[in-house]
Amino acid sequence: MSPELVLTQLLNGVQFGVLLFLMAAGLTLVFGIMNFINLAHGSLYMMGAYFAALAYGKTDSFLLAIAAGTLGLFALAVALDRLALSALHRRDHLDQVLATFGLVLFANEAVRLFWGSTPLFMDVPAWLSGPVQLLGFNYPAYRGAIIAVGLLVALGLHLLIDRTRVGMLIRAGASNRDMVSALGVNIGWLTTFIFALGAALAGLAGAMVGPMMSIQSGMGEPVLILTLVVIVIGGIGSIRGALLGALIVGIADTLGRGVLPVLLYRLFDPAVAAAAGPALASVGVYLLMAAVLALRPQGLFPVRHT
Amino acid sequence: MSMLFPPRPAQGRTRKALIAGLLSLAGLAAGAAEVTIGFLGTLSGPAAALGQDQYDGFMLALEQKGGKLGGAAVKLIREDDQLKPDLGVQLVRKLIEKDKVDLVTGVTFSNVMMAVARPLAEAGVPFVGSNAGPAPLAGKQCNAHFFFTSFQNDSQAEVLGQYATDRGFRKMLLLAPNYQSGKDQVLGFKRYYKGTVAGEIYTQLNQPDYSAELAQMQAIAPDAVFAFFPGGMGVNFVKQMSQAGLLGKVPVLTVSTVDGTTLPALKDSALGVLAGAVWGPDLPGAGNAAFAEAFERKYGRIPSQYAAQAFDAALLIDSALARTQGAAADKAALRAALKAADFPSLRPGFKFGSNGFPQQDLHVFEVAKDARGRVSLKKIATPLPALRDAYAAECALR
Repeated sequence: MSPELVLTQLLNGVQFGVLLFLMAAGLTLVFGIMNFINLAHGSLYMMGAYFAALAYGKTDSFLLAIAAGTLGLFALAVALDRLALSALHRRDHLDQVLATFGLVLFANEAVRLFWGSTPLFMDVPAWLSGPVQLLGFNYPAYRGAIIAVGLLVALGLHLLIDRTRVGMLIRAGASNRDMVSALGVNIGWLTTFIFALGAALAGLAGAMVGPMMSIQSGMGEPVLILTLVVIVIGGIGSIRGALLGALIVGIADTLGRGVLPVLLYRLFDPAVAAAAGPALASVGVYLLMAAVLALRPQGLFPVRHT
Repeated sequence: MSMLFPPRPAQGRTRKALIAGLLSLAGLAAGAAEVTIGFLGTLSGPAAALGQDQYDGFMLALEQKGGKLGGAAVKLIREDDQLKPDLGVQLVRKLIEKDKVDLVTGVTFSNVMMAVARPLAEAGVPFVGSNAGPAPLAGKQCNAHFFFTSFQNDSQAEVLGQYATDRGFRKMLLLAPNYQSGKDQVLGFKRYYKGTVAGEIYTQLNQPDYSAELAQMQAIAPDAVFAFFPGGMGVNFVKQMSQAGLLGKVPVLTVSTVDGTTLPALKDSALGVLAGAVWGPDLPGAGNAAFAEAFERKYGRIPSQYAAQAFDAALLIDSALARTQGAAADKAALRAALKAADFPSLRPGFKFGSNGFPQQDLHVFEVAKDARGRVSLKKIATPLPALRDAYAAECALR
């Protein structure tokens, strides 16, 4: 196995991690600050992809499609939070799990009802369509663009939360919700904003995977599971934790699939390697999560309360 | 409140009841036979596109026959197994015991098929499968009541094995999801492939991202690739292969990956991908062209092979009921009439083997633009004509 292959796989892992970060950032904010478990976060990602594909079908413009996925989800989330979810904010976690799981089923059947069972189509814009040569491997330019966008979002979130007044309120709300409310801040609208911000990021992730993946009912669930793993590993409520956790999970998952089987073939006979490789690759990320939970239950990069 | 509108609903109900009574009497007077058919398929969840196409294909044939099959008015009861074998069993029991169906048709996935095979066999209800074709039911557990207008699961991989051998691909990389069907497909491919297997990659079921596998593919540099990624997995795999610039360079031989249900989401990005299949919209015959056109007019999309197989299932039932003069009570007679396969199949030369599975031509298709410039499947070869499936010899039926 050449070092070039390992490097390429690392890059693939970073790209997958960046995508997971967009999902995890929203989920961890909502969970960490609003203390609200939202299993329907994967459905928001799916809706982002659908909104983008629909806009793409109408306008043929990739940038408009991305905007539709992101802003459309922001608007959808505001409506959703005001109409339905705000009633759940103060209920216990089990009620939230039950209600948002119901939303997952509802969303999956709703998209089938409106747009059919056949996956929708969305394409990469011409200026990002080709592969670039990297270390002798074809690397899709589009994946490079995803990495860039993800890192820009990470920077933007950092500035928003650490440098702005809204960010200050968000941090204050995370520490003591009642006190912020007593100081005259409308905490209801603040939480709605956080929820919508998280949804917009999930929508952005969904819109950006549209050209790479099948836009169909149920596409959010496999991603949601990995996202939950990310925030457990990274530390719940922490944006930094979400970013680093996402990169760790993305790289671990990709190396588990891309490098581990090759190593196993070297070490064991093919029959053993063929059986063990996929099995280990599929549980690798969860083993990592179990190890983190055992050694550092608060996650690797928890929120620092100062 | 009750005083406000008391008489009207009662009047309406009475009128409806009268009309219904008259209609049913009229039916009796005409002496028309009626058959009840249960349709079981996966109609919700991520894999619903396949079951929906089966249902639409069946209903198109039924509509063309004026709601009758073999002269008998058809009462169709539609059930959704949600891709859950235990639910499938419950629904089949309900169809048999409560609805007293004369026939059962449909069934999308093999795990559901294996589960419902037992209640169907115990009740002795004739079954016409229009997609799932698991190996045990073609071999040791074959059943005289079961007929399949689809194909034995391995066949579409077998034809690609033969095609790869014919094309002289010496070094192949095989990819499939890590579950039973994935392993069956790889086995089927290897049954007819004479070259070297450079690697077998088993991915997670419903894996969204294939970058790691594509990097491995480039490192191995095979002559061609065999891939089985049904549904959304196929869309992900083909799109990502195309974006990595690999599609033009490495021939991709696929099963259930590019078909009528995924091509609308792939469009030009799948051009050049090869597929092993039993049916395509460009197969010869006036019936096939008329079917493709009628389906598209009604549903606004190019039919998939699942729709074609179910259309054939309806035509088969039509031919059998015509032989029995619309009577379904005599199960032995109905079975013999089904077995004759005396119907104008969309696939020329269609006939049943001793195990109730078809002996049919297995083709290789290429994703290409059709006459109207749309992305569709074009037949390029028929490496295994009149193929008898690999398990027929194990079936005790003669």
